[in-house]
Amino acid sequence: MLSQWETVIGLEVHVQLATRSKIFSGAATRFGAAPNTQACAVDLAMPGTLPVLNREAVHMAVKFGLAIGADIARVSVFDRKNYFYPDLPKGYQISQLDHPIVGRGSVTVELPDGSSKCIGVTRAHLEEDAGKSLHEDFHGLTGIDLNRAGTPLLEIVSEPEIRSAQEAVAYLRQIHSIIRYLGISDGNMAEGSMRCDVNLSLRRHGESEFGTRCEIKNVNSFRFVEKAIECERERQADILEGGGTIKQETRLYDAERNETRSMRSKEVAHDYRYFPEPDLLPVHVSEEFIASVRAELPELPAQKVQRFRTQFGLGAYDAAQLAASRELADYFEEAAGVAGDAKTAANWVLSELLARLNRDGLEVTASPVPAASLGALIARIHDNTISGKIAKTVFEAMWAGEGEPDAIIDARGLRQVADSGAIAQLVDAALAANAGQVEQYRATPADKRQRMFGFFVGQVMKASQGKANPQQVNDLLRERLDGE
Amino acid sequence: MHDIALEAIAGALERREFSSVEITTHLLDRIERANPTLNAFVTLDREGALRTAAAADAARAGGATGPLLGVPIAHKDLFCTAGLRTTCGSRMLGEFVPPYDATVVERLAAAGCVTLGKTNMDEFAMGSSNETSWFGPVRNPWDTARVPGGSSGGSAAAVAARLAPGATATDTGGSIRQPASLCGLTGLKATYGRVSRHGMIAFASSLDQAGPIARSAADCALMLSAMAGFDTRDSTSIDTPVPDYVSLLDRPLAGLRVGVPKEYFDPGLHPGTEAAVRAGLAELEAQGARLIDVSLPHSPLSVPAYYVIAPAECSANLSRYDGVRYGYRCKDPADLRDLYERSRSEGFGEEVKRRIIVGTYALSAGYYDAYYRKAQQIRRLIAEDFRQAFEQVDVIAGPAAPATAFRFGEKSNDPITMYLEDIYTIAANLAGLPAMSMPGGLVDGLPVGIQLIGNHLQEGLLLNVAHRFQQATDWHTRAPAFAA
Repeated sequence: MLSQWETVIGLEVHVQLATRSKIFSGAATRFGAAPNTQACAVDLAMPGTLPVLNREAVHMAVKFGLAIGADIARVSVFDRKNYFYPDLPKGYQISQLDHPIVGRGSVTVELPDGSSKCIGVTRAHLEEDAGKSLHEDFHGLTGIDLNRAGTPLLEIVSEPEIRSAQEAVAYLRQIHSIIRYLGISDGNMAEGSMRCDVNLSLRRHGESEFGTRCEIKNVNSFRFVEKAIECERERQADILEGGGTIKQETRLYDAERNETRSMRSKEVAHDYRYFPEPDLLPVHVSEEFIASVRAELPELPAQKVQRFRTQFGLGAYDAAQLAASRELADYFEEAAGVAGDAKTAANWVLSELLARLNRDGLEVTASPVPAASLGALIARIHDNTISGKIAKTVFEAMWAGEGEPDAIIDARGLRQVADSGAIAQLVDAALAANAGQVEQYRATPADKRQRMFGFFVGQVMKASQGKANPQQVNDLLRERLDGE
Repeated sequence: MHDIALEAIAGALERREFSSVEITTHLLDRIERANPTLNAFVTLDREGALRTAAAADAARAGGATGPLLGVPIAHKDLFCTAGLRTTCGSRMLGEFVPPYDATVVERLAAAGCVTLGKTNMDEFAMGSSNETSWFGPVRNPWDTARVPGGSSGGSAAAVAARLAPGATATDTGGSIRQPASLCGLTGLKATYGRVSRHGMIAFASSLDQAGPIARSAADCALMLSAMAGFDTRDSTSIDTPVPDYVSLLDRPLAGLRVGVPKEYFDPGLHPGTEAAVRAGLAELEAQGARLIDVSLPHSPLSVPAYYVIAPAECSANLSRYDGVRYGYRCKDPADLRDLYERSRSEGFGEEVKRRIIVGTYALSAGYYDAYYRKAQQIRRLIAEDFRQAFEQVDVIAGPAAPATAFRFGEKSNDPITMYLEDIYTIAANLAGLPAMSMPGGLVDGLPVGIQLIGNHLQEGLLLNVAHRFQQATDWHTRAPAFAA
């Protein structure tokens, strides 16, 4: 039933910029400080205080704009967005409405099916964050913590070009990796350094008009974005299927119940009464400044994906996964260099390494196995010192802190047996011990023998404790069993 | 001792005719006697003043000099003073004690000034009669049945009554020039951005500008030299060096081109005031200046444009007074909405509320283009009028106010009539130009002011013209018969 509807999604991503001080004051921005210890007179909106723009926030916004190939406004303007809320000290938020610092750009995402898609970014503008209202622990009262008030935000608005939860998550991950590559934010969604509002509507396939949209506020993990989109899509489809109409409104995603629910409708929507902020002059960005920021851009995720594909022959999706974080990409490149085999290194990083990092909840930078050590391990597979299977045992030992791969291989006597005399002995012993199966094998038509052949390989490998060179075992068995 | 002019005090201190402690004590005592009648001061700082005065005397005894060292002055009560109550004439800030000094306060203190106290004013600088103060009206020392003008009425009354030789003030639409005119004083509003607004409680950010009110141009030159200058804490402050205004006072006026705008001599101008202003123009001509008729065709639109822009900005600027962090809070709020509604209803007076409502309306969805945008267009046309006029003339001269001081209650029931008090002064604020008022005569025993408007950053020329005028006239030396 869902398939007759096309999902249309636009995302608004708020990224906290990693400046040391706030966007309009000198107070620190560190996360997790005691309430109201990082709020100065400007953040508290004391009478007579004035905002002064943090140059570094402009620098970071321009950096992001250049990274997504966007137009950088040579002149941008701050506006006041008026509304009353206790954690908004001035009663207005300083934001940018008509003249944002970053204009049209785009990001390209790689999807699991190997395809890629370019998603337009309408704009990105600078604004200040509000404080936090704390409703618990105050016995029916509300506590206000203004530490966050005035933290610089870059609000990145996508075009309504996203068509599925999967694309939405891929887009978010791409934004996440760009801001981390640029070092302009830690992108920590759990701490609110990156937050997402989802605008979603449905229309019949082939229609050009958009349907009525709902905005889902503050969805704060990749997984929740996926689930919120799925359940909002179903909710809207159910209404439309039943002949109903969608009401334009703002909704909240409740992760515990996995549902979205109405927060406020359009009729009671705020009139923000935007007007140009008279306390700040328009921001002028010079050509020289843009050129200097451009010169300091690092290799970006999309460029890295392209390089990994051409330089190492990796598939698009694998390359994208490796390039998703700069740290993971660096790890991979170092391991691949030491291993001398990039494809095997990519497989190991994406499977064994990531699985263990996830299991232990570690960042790649905290991996107990350094990249060079993993590279050395892969080199041992490559030079036939050990099999891929034994390598997993060695890797486990390395993870447990037992040291470098060569030391573990020697200490545990895991070096592969490549001595053909020794292997021949093992093969002959195995065949002798399983004479019945040999009879049966020979009675089976040649095209149906493969499964039984595997049995003999298993027996030999078991007898060698996994150390026999699998290729040699295979060759000898073929000779003995099929040779006559 | 209270009759000595501000510019002469340093010399008297240097000659040990009296000490700073002596003149400070004398003025504090005088204020205490006069204030029950005039209500010019909201707060006296006897202890702080005497401490600073003693320090200034000690510094002078130790060889320090300076034209303002040990000179007592008063601050309009919207300049924040660290540790000293700053009310802005409002119940909302009735008990507010700022933790910081305004830049103006800081700079004058650094020059050695002694702060006697804080002067009364129209609430949040909104008014032209000083009748809107929460602390009651200020009386004009020339006739205590009449208003001193506003909003800097306390500063003007204090200087006129010889309670202080000079005082700081601010001017958003005429709030320095009109009270200076009505109290027979010299007052100057600087070019927008010349004096820092940091710590100056905002009414309308794009129009607010500070300046001195004193007896003569020489006094004002001395004060302005200390007050003006670039400040990194105010993004709209101008980063050009401050001239020594005193050194510019004596230049002869021969060849000076004085523009006389025909729009300023309209039927709304009182005949007595017009006669005094014309006589003043004749005096400038007698000194070799040339009077040139100019036109400022859009000036009749300045009042309506102003009464959109100023309320719009004030509606946002005053949102911070919400009863949450500081300032007036209503008793026993039932919930957040009640807290906002009652704190603001009870904390603000009628005129402030009127302007907040007008401004909120002007910025509302659907009205923005008709009001705010249109007003900004008019503002540009007014600035263009001046630009063209200043291609032909060096200064513009005319009346500062339509008539002399009016009686209490005469205009307070009709906001429009009250707003027309500023019909000649508002345009300079809209264009960001420096402008001043100087005493130009008496009509029925009440002072008349002559306004001078200059091109951007031409404060030096304005003071020069006023000083030469005051060398030839004695209007600025006339004191009211008020006995303290």
